[in-house]
Amino acid sequence: MLKIIRNRIEQGCKTTPYPKEPINLYERYRGLPIINSDCDPSIISLCEAVCPQDAILGREKKIDLGKCTFCGRCENVSEGAFVTFSQDFGMGTATREALISDGTLPALAEHAKKHFRKLFGRSLQLRQVSAAGCNACEADTNVLGTPFFDLARFGIDFVASPRHADGIHVTGPISKNMRSALITTYEAVPSPKVVIAAGSCSISGGPFFGSPEILGDLNSIIPVDLFIPGCPPHPLTTLHALLNFFK
Amino acid sequence: MGNLLKIQNGETIKRSAIPCVSFNRFAELLAHFISDDGYIVQFFAFVEGGKNRLLAVVRNKDLYVLSTEVGEDFPSFTASCSEKFHMFEREIAEQYGITPLNHPWLKMVRYHANYRNVPDVFGNNYQEEIPGNYPYFQVEGEAIHEVAVGPVHAGIIEPGHFRFQCAGEEVFSLEIQLGYQHRGIENLLTGVPLKRLPVICESIAGDTSIGHNLCCCQALESLAGLSVDPGSRIVRSIALELERIANHIGDLGALSGDVAFNPPAAYFGRIRGEFLNLLQVLSGNRFGKSLVLPGGVSKIMNAEQAKIIEGKLKELEPELRHVCDLLFTAHTVQARFEHTGTVSKQMAEDLGLVGYCGRASGIEYDARVSFPTEAHDPLPVNRNEMTNGDVYSRAMVRQEEIVHSMHLIRTLLNRSGEPSSKTTMQEMSLEPDAFVVTINEGWRGELSHCLLTDVSGKIVRYKVKDPSFHNWTGLAMALRNQEISDFPLCNKSFNLSYCGFDL
Repeated sequence: MLKIIRNRIEQGCKTTPYPKEPINLYERYRGLPIINSDCDPSIISLCEAVCPQDAILGREKKIDLGKCTFCGRCENVSEGAFVTFSQDFGMGTATREALISDGTLPALAEHAKKHFRKLFGRSLQLRQVSAAGCNACEADTNVLGTPFFDLARFGIDFVASPRHADGIHVTGPISKNMRSALITTYEAVPSPKVVIAAGSCSISGGPFFGSPEILGDLNSIIPVDLFIPGCPPHPLTTLHALLNFFK
Repeated sequence: MGNLLKIQNGETIKRSAIPCVSFNRFAELLAHFISDDGYIVQFFAFVEGGKNRLLAVVRNKDLYVLSTEVGEDFPSFTASCSEKFHMFEREIAEQYGITPLNHPWLKMVRYHANYRNVPDVFGNNYQEEIPGNYPYFQVEGEAIHEVAVGPVHAGIIEPGHFRFQCAGEEVFSLEIQLGYQHRGIENLLTGVPLKRLPVICESIAGDTSIGHNLCCCQALESLAGLSVDPGSRIVRSIALELERIANHIGDLGALSGDVAFNPPAAYFGRIRGEFLNLLQVLSGNRFGKSLVLPGGVSKIMNAEQAKIIEGKLKELEPELRHVCDLLFTAHTVQARFEHTGTVSKQMAEDLGLVGYCGRASGIEYDARVSFPTEAHDPLPVNRNEMTNGDVYSRAMVRQEEIVHSMHLIRTLLNRSGEPSSKTTMQEMSLEPDAFVVTINEGWRGELSHCLLTDVSGKIVRYKVKDPSFHNWTGLAMALRNQEISDFPLCNKSFNLSYCGFDL
């Protein structure tokens, strides 16, 4: 008992004051890219060639954040001439198209789907489904339950049964072998329900795009309401998206 | 060792140098090697010139390779020699449609059609979705009941199916059926441009991003003749240890949570995040994704990053010590951890367990010592005190490894003045007709990648082995005669990778 108290005092309160106060991530973190549209086309081609995800659309001078794994190779190879990654972690969108970005994203909070806020603004219970996720997305979703983020203080929780949930949070490129379990879980959630695609895998197949063993696009199977890009999304990206979309 | 060819970890050799012996000789050599305290690193099939070949990479204190030619079937080594072959032979049957005759439990591993388009060994119709039509171990009797769990579990965790045969609370048998996470990675790796390889390997198992990608990049470096500067090697080794610490801490937290001891669960959970943030300081990603590239690292470690890491270690070390003390001295925790899910040393050796699962049962093997890579060569070695094979031992081993890894990082930071430069993904031409195998001690245990190239230097076979491939059977055995309510605890103490197994 004394040990518990001693540890409790040593640990103190570690919960982040975010979102009341802004939070700064270390400068090496790669968030929303800043794109220089005046960049020399030859440098853009270089970036396109080095991108492992084919996420750079050279002619449109855009990056598909649904495909991007934020590896930073384009920034490295162009020394930041075409792309630099900012520390802005707020990258959730309500449409797939919005992720094909020139460096800006529509404000999530003002999206027309405000009815979700009315429905789930006070309490949101989610069922997580890992559909062939590599466990990085899952781990950084789990982290939201730790004292630093303390997701429950916002009335948001991950629950054990789809029957108790208001929606599903899906990670992974959806292997053929998980398709049916995913759909069964979705169907078990009572309506009205919300679907969140988290991580580049569930949005576009991520690093596994092109494999015949995956479906690679959650939106093609069930309609997605919220897209959270990243490989994996930083916990703050997920938190920001959930708070702005539902609160 | 007769016809076995001794090789080095990460050494490129010509494929023609790999001894290809008759099957009888292959069986004789392999059986002798494995029964004399030998272990399997890789055992897989591939096709060469229209013929089926089996290739085995085995280890005792050294590493050896051997191959043979087979037809559509071969006598099973699981039946005649050792359980260590059990899963490997099932994998060969599934991937190449080659039947290991008399295999005691010939069942698919991951549920996908074979690579050769020959009739399926298991008679599965892959148009049907998993779970297909396949058997499970059955225990018969009036008092026996069956419990099926998964693939979708209650927490935020990967999918897998567990089938228990119980009498009341007691588990007689647990069978673990995975495959739900199968993404076809091995085939994908042979068909895509080389620039995609590191990104894919970082996602074989996201919690082992550094480990798997190290295996991949070391193999590519060896095949392309790239050298890595000493500073980059230090960054890679530090990243590998940070990954180990973060995962071990996370598991200690989860173990506390599983016995409803919430204070350490919360503290460990938060401290784990601090270590992930250190990986982010190094690489820009909390799992170290994008850090390791063929030829070096994408970001070098300057004095600033070294100072942040050093400062955090200093801050967290006493906290960790106190929280570990809180966990390991609580009577309620001891009562649940001790003598739960015991895997005897004999059993661990029979199954060929690796990593902390093996070490907790008294198998000392650590690839950082036996086949060191990067900057790990002259570093001090870890010793485990508690090797009873139960949950308590598997938890204790984690604690010891956390302390040891923090010591390693401090040692490496003292050497961080070594020259280093950042690397970008470069064009590579790989050695044609070559073979390379790489081994690293990931946080779960021995990771290994094996690459074969053709006459043009194209990768024709890319074989990945995650330590979970050895260890899942260990979990199934740990549950024998345990209470089913102890399953979450046993599961967490192993914490194996679903996607690393399912690839």
